This record gives sequence, C-alpha cells and structure tokens, in this order.
Amino acid sequence: MAERLTLDKLEVSAGGACLLGLSAEIAPGEVLTLMGPSGVGKSALLGALTGTLPPGLTASGVARLGPVELTALPPEARRLGILFQESLLFPHLSVAGNLAFALPPGPRRERRARIESALEEIGLPGFGRRDPATLSGGEQARVALMRTLLSAPRALLLDEPFSRLDGPRREAIRSLTFDHARAYGLPVLLVTHDSDDAQAAAGPVVQAVPGKIAYG
Amino acid sequence: MPRLALPALTVALLILPVGLGLFFTLAPALGFSPTEASPGLSLAAFGDLLAWPGLPEATRLSLSTGFAATAGALAITALIAAGWEGTRAFALLQRLLSPLLSVPHAAAAFGLAFLLAPSGWLARLLSPWLTGWTRPPDWLILQDSAGLALTAGLIAKEVPFLLLMLIAARSQTRATSLARVATTLGYPRTTGWLLAAFPALYAQIRLPVYVVLAYSASVVDVAMILGPNTPPTLAVQITRWMSAPDLTLRPLASAAALWQLALVLASLAVWRLAEALAARIGRARAMSGHRGRVVERPLRALGLTLATATALAVLAGLAALALWSVAGFWAFPEAWPDTLSLKTWMRHGPMMAPTALTTLLIAATAALTALALATGCLEAEARHGLRIGPFGRLILYLPLLIPQIAFLPGLQILMLSLGLGEGLAPVIAAHLTFVIPYTFLALSGPYHAVEPRFFTAAASLGASPSARLWRLRLPLLLTPLLTAFAVGFAVSVGQYLPTLLLGGGRVSTLTTEAVALTSGGDRRAIGAYGLAQTLAALLPFALALALPRLIYGNRRGMRGG
Repeated sequence: MAERLTLDKLEVSAGGACLLGLSAEIAPGEVLTLMGPSGVGKSALLGALTGTLPPGLTASGVARLGPVELTALPPEARRLGILFQESLLFPHLSVAGNLAFALPPGPRRERRARIESALEEIGLPGFGRRDPATLSGGEQARVALMRTLLSAPRALLLDEPFSRLDGPRREAIRSLTFDHARAYGLPVLLVTHDSDDAQAAAGPVVQAVPGKIAYG
Repeated sequence: MPRLALPALTVALLILPVGLGLFFTLAPALGFSPTEASPGLSLAAFGDLLAWPGLPEATRLSLSTGFAATAGALAITALIAAGWEGTRAFALLQRLLSPLLSVPHAAAAFGLAFLLAPSGWLARLLSPWLTGWTRPPDWLILQDSAGLALTAGLIAKEVPFLLLMLIAARSQTRATSLARVATTLGYPRTTGWLLAAFPALYAQIRLPVYVVLAYSASVVDVAMILGPNTPPTLAVQITRWMSAPDLTLRPLASAAALWQLALVLASLAVWRLAEALAARIGRARAMSGHRGRVVERPLRALGLTLATATALAVLAGLAALALWSVAGFWAFPEAWPDTLSLKTWMRHGPMMAPTALTTLLIAATAALTALALATGCLEAEARHGLRIGPFGRLILYLPLLIPQIAFLPGLQILMLSLGLGEGLAPVIAAHLTFVIPYTFLALSGPYHAVEPRFFTAAASLGASPSARLWRLRLPLLLTPLLTAFAVGFAVSVGQYLPTLLLGGGRVSTLTTEAVALTSGGDRRAIGAYGLAQTLAALLPFALALALPRLIYGNRRGMRGG
C-alpha cells in the first residue's frame, strides 16, 4: 500500500515570480531533505503540496502519490501528514481529544483502545485527559506526531519540526519521527536549515535554490 | 499630571453614568423619588407592571429577538468565515460589510423597511409580472407581532460587527494555523474551521457577542421602526412611559426598566450556559472523527448566500432611502419613480440643516474627547507598563452590556435634580459613555502594533517621552487615529436614546428626527433624513481614507497602514 511521492517541477510563485521549486522522487520509508536558509520559501513549497498556500502565493507543477495526482485533489483529500515547528495542538481539546480528532470514525470502544495504545507508543501512557498546554515541548511534539500518524497519511511532510527543541530531546523526537515514518512505510519530505537534521535523516539531500527549481 | 489621571477619568466616565443612572432609574420603582418627598418604600410600581396586559408578550419579544438575532448573526458570521476565509469572495464581502458597520442602526432599519414592506422596493421589482399584484398585498411583513422583521434587521446590522471583531481576533489566536492542521488531517474547510479554529476565536469575541445580545434584547430605535406596535417591545414601552408628560407613570417605567435589566442579565446567563453546552457538543463532534464531507458544500453555499443577502439587503435598503428622497410621483407597482426631483430636500433642507449641524457638533466633540482619552490611556499603559486585564475589559464593555433604557432615564433625573438641566452638554457626556468603548477598541490594536524599537531608537537619540508621543507615535498612527475618530463619530451619530432623554426634547439630531418620522409614514422625508444620517456617519471615514494619502502620499512605508 505504500506508494512513492513524486514531485514534478512543483513550484511556488508570488506574483508570477518563482520563489522555489522541487523535482524529486521519494520512496516509501525514505527521507528526502530539502536544505536551505530560512525565508527562502520552503514552507510555502510544503503548502503547495498540502494545498494550503496563503493568499497571494500560487502553485504550479504536479505532485503524485503512486499513480494518484495529488495536486488535482482538494486539500482535505490529499492525506499528506504535516508537522510544523509548533505542535499546533488544539487548545480546546484534551490530548486524547487531539488524537481522536485525527483518527477516522469507527466504533467508540475501538477508537478509545487505539488512542490508548497510541499514547503508549509515544511513551505517554495515561496522558489522555491532560490539557495539551500543560505538556512540555517534547511531549507536545510527540502528541503532534502521533496525531498526524493516526490520520493514516500516505506521506509525511516535516516543516522544521525539530528546530524548537533542544539537545537530547531534539534527537529523541527526531529518531522517534524517522523510526515511525519507516515503520509505517511513508515517504518523508523534510525541509530544514539545519545540517544535523539532514544528517540524521540519512537520506538524499537537495539544496534549495531561490527562484529556481531544485532537482533531487 | 499624575500618571493615572487620564485612565481614572476614563473609568469614571464609563462607570459613573452607568452606576448612578441605574440607581436613579431604579429608585422610583421602589417608591423613592429624588425630586419629591418620598412616600417611603413601596412595591406598588411592580404591582402596576404586573397588571399591564402587554407584559408577557413584551417579555417574550425581548427574549426571542435577543436570542434569535444574536444566534443568527453569530451563525452567519461563523459560516462565512469558516467556508470562505482566505478566498476572493471573502475579501470582497469584507470590503462590502466594513462600511456597513458605521451605518446608523435606524437608517439600516428604515432601508430594510423600504425594501421589505408590502409596498416596498422588492415587491415593486417583482410586481406585477411575477406576483400579479397591482396593489400592495395585505401582509404584515414589517412590525409583525412575532418580531421577525426586527430580528432580521438586527441580524443584518450585527453581522458586520461580529465579522470585523472575528477578523481582528484572528491575529491574537492561531486560528489560521489550527484550521490548516485540520485540513491536512482530512477535514474539509468548513467543518475543520468550525471544530479546530472557532473555539479559540469565540473566546476572543465573547464580550462583543454579549454586547449584541444585550443590545438586541433592549434596543429602542430599531424596535420602533421594525418591531411590533401592540404591544411594542418592553424597551419601546418603557421609553413611551418615560417620555410621557404624565409623571405618575415614572414608577411604572422604573419597575419595567428593572425588569428589562433582569431580562438582559438572565439572557446573558442563559447564553453562557448555552455556550458551555455548545462547547461540549462541539468537542464530542470533534472527537468522533467524522470529517463532515457531506455537509461541506451545503454549508459553504448557505454561508455565502446568507452573508451576501445580509450585505445586499442593507445596501439596497440605503439605495431605497436615497431613491425615495428624490422620488416624484411613484405609484405601486412601478419599480422606479415617474420623475425625480429635489423637492423633498428643498422642503426639508431649511429644517434639516441646523439639525445636521447639531449632529455633527455633538459627534465631533464626543469623538474627539473619546480619542484624547483613549490615546491618553493607551499612552499611560505603554509608559508605565500597565495592562488591561479581564476586569478592565469588562469595565470598557460595561456601558454596552447594560441596557441603555435601564440607566439613561436615571441619568436624566439626576441631571435635572442637580440643576444641570437638559441640553447639549449632558447629551455629549452621555454619548461619550458609548463612544469611548468603541474608540478604545478601534485604537488599541494599532497602538500596540507599532514597532517598539522605533521608540528605543528615538530615546537613544535623546527624545523625551512626550517628544516620542507627539513626534513619533501619533504621526505613525495617523491612519488608526483617524479611523478611531471616525468610528466614535459614527457611534455618536447613531445614538437615539441618549439624545432623546438627556436632550429633554430640546436637542434634536438627524437620528432623533428620523425616528420621530416613523409614525407619520412620509417615505420621502424618512428617505431624506435616513440618507443624511448615513452620510453624516460616513463622512469622517472618507476623511480617514483621504487625509493619510494627502499627508503621506510620498512615503511608501506609511501606505496600507
């Protein structure tokens, strides 16, 4: 069921001028890193993939998952999991509520059991009723990762999700994320400005070129 | 000047009129009178109130219009933002709705009446080719006993308010990011926004929503125009009793005002409970994992239709006012008048001109004073590192949450008993109580948004605090200052009850004159006064747009501010 993620000259423009583009193929379980300084438009490129570009920016080119043309689908049907710098947990829901939001509908008991085991999987058993605002940065990052995975994504996009964490915690979250992506057989596109992240990803690295399409 | 003088004065101007007004309105209900020798504590007034046969109906109307108008306006606002935020249609609608915010309530209500009445513009446009009517149908569309027209009018006027508050709240929450997360988790736009982004946004606009609820349950001018007559809403009936020449009706009016206050407070409490219930339901829905794909299209279509209808209804209503003011002979069911003429304006002009001048004078004085106070408070806040807490916000909103009809009559009695009389000064002071909160709301966001390092840089260049205020902050804030002034001006132009009660019949503004024309039914005169009222409210917005362009035309960094 795992499919390759293909970007065919996917590109973001502002007012007709190309900001950044990428052509690449990412195999299931592989992590491709797009390196580049902040503010070059890497996040916007992920926005073009998920279909959530802010007004004023336009996307062109094609992204495919296996044979399916993602860029022809509405954003909510693309099923691309994405993690941001901030955990962006929903503040009005509990930790379990955040996970339940992502989990596809089903019998209540099964969902509850799935959430319990998901919390154990990320080392936070019994955290279900907690207010996400009371969690540490690392704990929030783990819940955000699990929330994304529970929505059954077909690929994982990482928008500098480790840059807010420090030291050992950063490494722990990073390996948790990559391990899970591999275990789920997801193609992963990581954008970062940090060469440590790129090294830890242990996959191909592409340098972002402002105003041009980079080829991976 | 002591550092807290201006904030203290502002707080006094917000609290004192409300507190003293409430006391002196309600005292007569218990048998006390500040002007005559008191006969002692008595509950007779409440007996009189209970004996009034219109009480159950007036109470029901007050409650139903309050809840229906608030829920309706909030639902339309949420739906249009949920389904369309970030799209071109939304940007267009926002541009259409923003100026409608400053249209006086009475003018919007008259416009709607001109549009929807059995002999209104809509019926004329559809007759006789579609409806077959050659005479206006005998339908009670306006002033219906269920208060539906009143509710519709309030919804049309409150959607722009709530939408702008929602847009302003967006920057204080991560609503946009949270909605994006919901999208990537497979939720279509509307359901995702409502489940993920709306709760945090609602927490920010809760007080404005309460203002809409309190206002809708106790409004006087809109209810006189669009509300039922026999019996009228509670607030309208209280106004009639209060302004009756027969002073023995005063205790009855006071008892009714107390009842109105209780109704509004109870409505707020019930709304608070409903909020908690809705939050529970929303959380359960969010945790069910259902993506809402089936309802997406209908909800988006519904949101766009309702919001567009709201904007168009008010705009078309204003156009109807303008058309009637220059209409010659205009028989039903003609869609357009036979002839256009300036007769109405020439006939009413000589009387309208001094009224318009009074209106502008009151509005300019109140808006300027409020602007000075708001600037002073914000500057004191910035200089002394003060913060407006939740309690401060509540004080700011107090005059908007307590029904006008519950405290303005007492203020009138107090002014009279202090020998201050009725006239321009008390009217301006009363307007100020309502102008300050809106001016403050309009200014505080931009005030805090100025790049703080400008001031560090200026201080290091040797600029004193007052030089930094006068030569740096105020010039940088030219556009927001003008906008806040325009907002205050429009609020003052639209005030009905404060002018009526504190003017003691000797101060008339375009608004009091327009509302007074309701019963006469002279459409041409109403059209002229309603239009004049709207123009008076919009005039300073034109200045707020034009002046910065003139002054900063050659400064690229000052554009779009």
